[in-house]
Amino acid sequence: MTTTKHRVGEHLRDQGVSRRAFLKFCTASASLMALPPGLIPAMAAALEQARRPSVIWLSFQECTGCTESLTRSHAPTVEDLILEMISLDYHHTLQAAAGEAAEAAREQAMKDNFGKYLLIVDGSLPGPDANPGYSTIAGVSNYAMLMEAVEGAAAVIAVGTCAAFGGLPEAAPNPTGAVAVMDLIKNKPLVNVSGCPPVPMVITGVLAHYLAFGRLPERDAYHRPLAFFGQSIHDRCYRRPFYDKGLFAETFDDEGARAGWCLYRLGCKGPSTYNACATMRWNAGTSWPIEAGHPCLGCSEPRFWDAGSFYAPLSVPTDLSSSRILTAGAAGALVGGTVATLARRTVATAATSRQPVTADELEQTL
Amino acid sequence: MTTIADPMGFLLFTKGPLFNIAIAIFALGLAARLAEILLLGRRPNFAEPRAGEWLPGLRTVVTRTLPDPGTFKRAPFNVLTGLIWHVGFLVALLLFIPHIELIKGLFGVSWPGLPNPFVDLVTAVTLVALAATLVHRLTHPVKKRLSTIEDYLIWAVTFLVVLTGYLAYNRLINPYPLALGLHILTAELFLILLPFTKLTHIFTVFIARWYNGASFGRRGVQS
Repeated sequence: MTTTKHRVGEHLRDQGVSRRAFLKFCTASASLMALPPGLIPAMAAALEQARRPSVIWLSFQECTGCTESLTRSHAPTVEDLILEMISLDYHHTLQAAAGEAAEAAREQAMKDNFGKYLLIVDGSLPGPDANPGYSTIAGVSNYAMLMEAVEGAAAVIAVGTCAAFGGLPEAAPNPTGAVAVMDLIKNKPLVNVSGCPPVPMVITGVLAHYLAFGRLPERDAYHRPLAFFGQSIHDRCYRRPFYDKGLFAETFDDEGARAGWCLYRLGCKGPSTYNACATMRWNAGTSWPIEAGHPCLGCSEPRFWDAGSFYAPLSVPTDLSSSRILTAGAAGALVGGTVATLARRTVATAATSRQPVTADELEQTL
Repeated sequence: MTTIADPMGFLLFTKGPLFNIAIAIFALGLAARLAEILLLGRRPNFAEPRAGEWLPGLRTVVTRTLPDPGTFKRAPFNVLTGLIWHVGFLVALLLFIPHIELIKGLFGVSWPGLPNPFVDLVTAVTLVALAATLVHRLTHPVKKRLSTIEDYLIWAVTFLVVLTGYLAYNRLINPYPLALGLHILTAELFLILLPFTKLTHIFTVFIARWYNGASFGRRGVQS
């Protein structure tokens, strides 16, 4: 693919991207990441002068949904801008080369840009102790490929919930021994862009931040960029007033559902989910799951597949069993019954073996 | 990703295995206590009853529940704060929609709830009243000497359940999974302690009042 000698500014002009379009992108990115407006010119200048970094995109146990999402980055020029601002040297789905030529491109890029390239991973991977045969590329296990690629990486971006937290492959019973990227990589700057898939502008936003400021954005406890994951879906949900008023849809086709009331009772995980869907929305800002009438699944949180039914309210335990409670209750009744019977028997025995004592007899014992 | 150190893992632990343990201990303990109490019953009374038992029993259930003027005059603080926080606690427990969903999930029965802001206000009042009861207990010369460690323990667990619920609803602890997990954890502690402490009164109070009234009825005195 392209070389990395260009600076972003020159490259964009070569590609016919106008200055106006570029500044619009900078403004959009800065506002998305809640940066002060004063930083926009600085960001533009930094981006123009930034070297187009080589990016190696490793796809492991994934479904390509994250790539599908990325290519739908919503402001029309953003996808082009991002693809022009970086040098995407290896990506299964987007690269023209295949087979040995593709692997050669990866090895070449790693060699040429050692210590400087960005490593993007989507998908989880079988851990070091798992059978490596569950997922290989060109005969190389995912684990070996990741460990080799991370050596020369300047930073690592885990895209999607599978890469960030293990996602679907890691869900119980985790047959492939899948682990998250952050479980394996401890000594490199790492950012998790979780979501199944992540909001496209979040992926491009993190890249733009890295290009402009030369470092990864501020992150939360799960290494997610705070600008996008700092607030919960619930706190930014346009249906929140209905939650506050206690107006809930009870089924998917009742009055409440038609009136657009809160979906808490239908299993919405918005209160415990941190993501940017409610503010950035999907498909060029058209809509997002809750606006479409479906509860949030909580896809950007760890272990969301194992967090109980998608349609059970957040307050309901994950593993409900009335029979277990009844069994415990029956056992308790048995215990109580036994204790009561024993107590009655003690009283009865005491009554039968009672030896009446007269006052005279008592006086004699004194 | 399964360590308790991460908030979502903590929440799922409290919502999953820990909940099952707590509810099993609660069901077992409570059934054992109630079975024991009901099976032991009372000493047989061979005296001829002067009147019926059922009606006076039920009447006492009502009269002992409503504050009577004499008691109020003697101990207005006890009656007032006691009533306020007990009603508040029950409103928050039984009429908050997420709690109704939990009960529906467990037992399949449900009822209408109250708007969240109203429950929020009631919860805040309950917290203040509960705090006042502690201050009173610590300062009142008689109450202070009557109080045992158990009294402070059940006060603490009751207060913590309400407090964590309030903090979680108002999202005052971040991230939210941690807040909700803490609330569920304290509720589980409450459930576990319930059958083995004075908290059992939640289930025995009306049985006891009925026994009292029934005993009055038998003897033909005012119930």
